[in-house]
Amino acid sequence: MPAEREVLLNEELAQDIYKMVVYSPRIARAARAGQFILLMVEDRGERVPMTLVDWDKERGTIEMAYQAVGATTVKMSMMKPGERLYYLAGPLGQPSRVKLFGRVVIVGGGVGIPAIYPIARELKRLGNYVVSIIGARTSTLITYEDRIREVSDEVHITTDDGSRGLKGYTVDALKRLLDSGERFDAAWAVGPALMMKSISEAAAGRIPVSYSSLNSLMVCGVGMCGACRITVGGQIKLTCVDGPEFDSYSISWNELAIRLRTYRKEEMISLETMRSVGRV
Amino acid sequence: MSKVGKRVQIRTRPPEERRRDFNEVELTLEPEEAMKEASRDIKYCVAPCTRGCPVGVEVPKFLKLTAEGNFKEAYLTLIQRTPVPSITGRVCQQEVQCEGSCVLRRAGEPIAVGAVERFVGDWALENNIEVPVSAEKKHKRVAVVGSGPAGIVVASDLARLGYDVTMFEAYHVPGGVLAYGIPEFRLPKRILNKEFDRLRSLGVDIQLGVVVGTTYTLKELLQDYNAVFLGVGAGRPMFLNVPGENYAGIYTANEFLTRVNLMKAYMFPEYDTPIHLGKRVAVIGAGNTAMDAARSALRLGSEVYIVYRRGRQEMTARAVEIEHAEEEGVKFMFWAAPAEFLSSDGTNVSAIRIMKLKPGEPDRSGRPRPVPTGETFDFEVDTVITAIGFYPNPLIPSHTPELKVDEKGRVVVDMEGRTSIPGVYAGGDIVTGESTVIEAMGWGRRVARAIDHDLSLKG
Ligand SMILES: Cc1cc2nc3c(=O)[nH]c(=O)nc-3n(C[C@H](O)[C@H](O)[C@H](O)COP(=O)(O)OP(=O)(O)OC[C@H]3O[C@@H](n4cnc5c(N)ncnc54)[C@H](O)[C@@H]3O)c2cc1C
Ligand SMILES: Cc1cc2nc3c(=O)[nH]c(=O)nc-3n(C[C@H](O)[C@H](O)[C@H](O)COP(=O)(O)OP(=O)(O)OC[C@H]3O[C@@H](n4cnc5c(N)ncnc54)[C@H](O)[C@@H]3O)c2cc1C
Ligand code: SF4
Ligand code: SF4
Ligand code: FES
Repeated sequence: MPAEREVLLNEELAQDIYKMVVYSPRIARAARAGQFILLMVEDRGERVPMTLVDWDKERGTIEMAYQAVGATTVKMSMMKPGERLYYLAGPLGQPSRVKLFGRVVIVGGGVGIPAIYPIARELKRLGNYVVSIIGARTSTLITYEDRIREVSDEVHITTDDGSRGLKGYTVDALKRLLDSGERFDAAWAVGPALMMKSISEAAAGRIPVSYSSLNSLMVCGVGMCGACRITVGGQIKLTCVDGPEFDSYSISWNELAIRLRTYRKEEMISLETMRSVGRV
Repeated sequence: MSKVGKRVQIRTRPPEERRRDFNEVELTLEPEEAMKEASRDIKYCVAPCTRGCPVGVEVPKFLKLTAEGNFKEAYLTLIQRTPVPSITGRVCQQEVQCEGSCVLRRAGEPIAVGAVERFVGDWALENNIEVPVSAEKKHKRVAVVGSGPAGIVVASDLARLGYDVTMFEAYHVPGGVLAYGIPEFRLPKRILNKEFDRLRSLGVDIQLGVVVGTTYTLKELLQDYNAVFLGVGAGRPMFLNVPGENYAGIYTANEFLTRVNLMKAYMFPEYDTPIHLGKRVAVIGAGNTAMDAARSALRLGSEVYIVYRRGRQEMTARAVEIEHAEEEGVKFMFWAAPAEFLSSDGTNVSAIRIMKLKPGEPDRSGRPRPVPTGETFDFEVDTVITAIGFYPNPLIPSHTPELKVDEKGRVVVDMEGRTSIPGVYAGGDIVTGESTVIEAMGWGRRVARAIDHDLSLKG
């Protein structure tokens, strides 16, 4: 039997985008769509949040998808099956507020694509008509397409460079659907802050319910540090315990962008240090 | 009283040296110093100090044993009441507790109870003095949720009585505020590590990365354990709720201290977690948390101001920490409160609009209420750290509606920590609101006794 936190699989799905399967029965048995985990690769590492993309109660496994962009995720990408994460906590955050809405559009952008899979699956299971829009810079960066198709009634693809599907952004696909008279009872968005903001703007006044899953910077993940705070509907909320999903129309998007910029410089230093020292 | 000599001078590293590193500021007494200080104790004193101590340490008895050089018995006397003298000797607010009640205080020189207690605790740790353990196994399981002072005591007391104890902690390091909040220069991690080594050697199973409420619900724990203790603390930071509070460069003290203490941001990039401090840092508040944040920021090389809405006399931190902060070069701004945070680039905080206040009528705490003068001014800063208090941790109550909490979010318990759910107990900051290490430990001890009592009745 594998050990708690043991990596069972770690494979590159597309350039710099990886899928990791980890043994953690206690998280697998409690996981719900929309929740996340927090991990550390090593004792000197950072505490980093990752969405739960899938889980298997019987096998006791959880699955994450990540983009190797900084010190932690690059180190993750170098882990081999049999190695163990230093720390893993979860599931964290509130589950997605899924129910039978009717027609739901769900949008995933870039590394946010895999994260919509469990939400779409729940919405579908509850009997919704699920329209998924997935988009990335270029066709090779579209991941999890087959699995998202399994749980969607329609899938629309966009690429910035037009190498597949509609040339443009996910919001262009949404606008098209809305302009052609399609109606939705609810919308979900997971992806870069700018994308979620644009989806929220396009949906405003046309889709009554809209959720976005925020990727705030986090330290504790359990509501004790305030790093992930964000104003929602005029009140300070903590993304890690009150979110990560919030009503898109109430989010202070400007604030999210500001707070995400806090550590730009240090993130570069961290990555360079790691590369130059070759420390993993 | 003429015979009592001068209070021992606690050796302290010079400010110029200590203000740039995270090593401990005060040094432990030497055995001779401790014996001499303990021998200043007055014979036949009625010992108001014991009543001043929240857990009723038998001060005269442990002082007498220390004066005689019988450190082992002194230790065994201490741990009847304070389970970890190395810790309480360092962090208790002695000037308002034991030392504050000492009859020698009027002469201005109370016995240095804290320093002697710390010496005895450190001596016992170094000499691996064993604490008595019951040989008989109870074959009953107890879950302790949270590894702060309250949880440490419940786990240790029950393990010693023969219970099988599992401790669940959300973080990757156990210790609660002792690990993530109080800095190395005040409470070295090696003391805490020894305490957890001791817990492990007592057979306590410490599981990290478990968030009770989501990883396991309270109900699930009750199926696997005969009793559950909640010692989850008051760690949810309060906010000022003034405009601009969410600009980059504004931290809560908890985020700042967690990054620095727990994640070792002061060793970035050797450690991955960064901290970003500018040249001038303002810390809002004047309690222990504020003082710890200010002195940590100073050690990272910034110029630091404490901004406080009341006056010097009203500061709530331990007196010696305020003194140390001042010696190290922290500056103080009194009768001042942030009305708004400003940003010149729309991202990072660049100034605080400060409201000038003045002392008004005394409030319920007996301290003058700060009232606005109507005057404001802008104070340029690069970083702000808010340290204005904490709410009881709402995570478990929010996942457990049956668990009764009061209007302030504190878990409601009887005198011995029984909650509204049979088999579930609570103690420490989660029931009192933000309090002290020794109060939390005192709760831990009472609740451990109640759990033992209740489980024994059940046969
Ligand atoms: C609830 C939640 C769920 C998440 N789920 C996933 C996931 O499933 N897969 C995944 O790859 N990432 C996810 N993230 C983001 C991930 O946690 C961060 O990207 C992580 O900090 C990367 O760490 P790093 O050390 O590798 O990079 P860093 O050194 O921290 O950053 C490298 C680069 O990424 C940018 N960056 C860092 N953090 C964020 C962030 N939170 N949002 C946007 N950009 C950021 C930086 O600005 C920088 O350019 C999630 C974040 C949250 C809050
Ligand atoms: C910076 C700072 C300095 C201080 N200085 C002093 C001082 O000098 N002297 C003094 O007497 N007091 C001081 N205090 C106050 C003192 O530390 C607290 O009163 C005391 O730690 C409370 O102990 P506790 O056991 O109730 O909780 P905590 O120490 O808060 O520990 C609670 C633990 O529970 C964990 N937890 C929370 N929720 C969950 C969950 N759902 N599942 C699993 N684990 C969970 C937390 O991660 C934490 O480790 C200070 C406090 C701070 C913040
Ligand atoms: S436990 Fe704290 S208050 Fe009590 S005697 Fe010791 S130092 Fe003083
Ligand atoms: S009050 Fe002071 S002098 Fe009297 S027993 Fe206590 S410590 Fe000693
Ligand atoms: S990450 Fe610490 S409060 Fe959310």
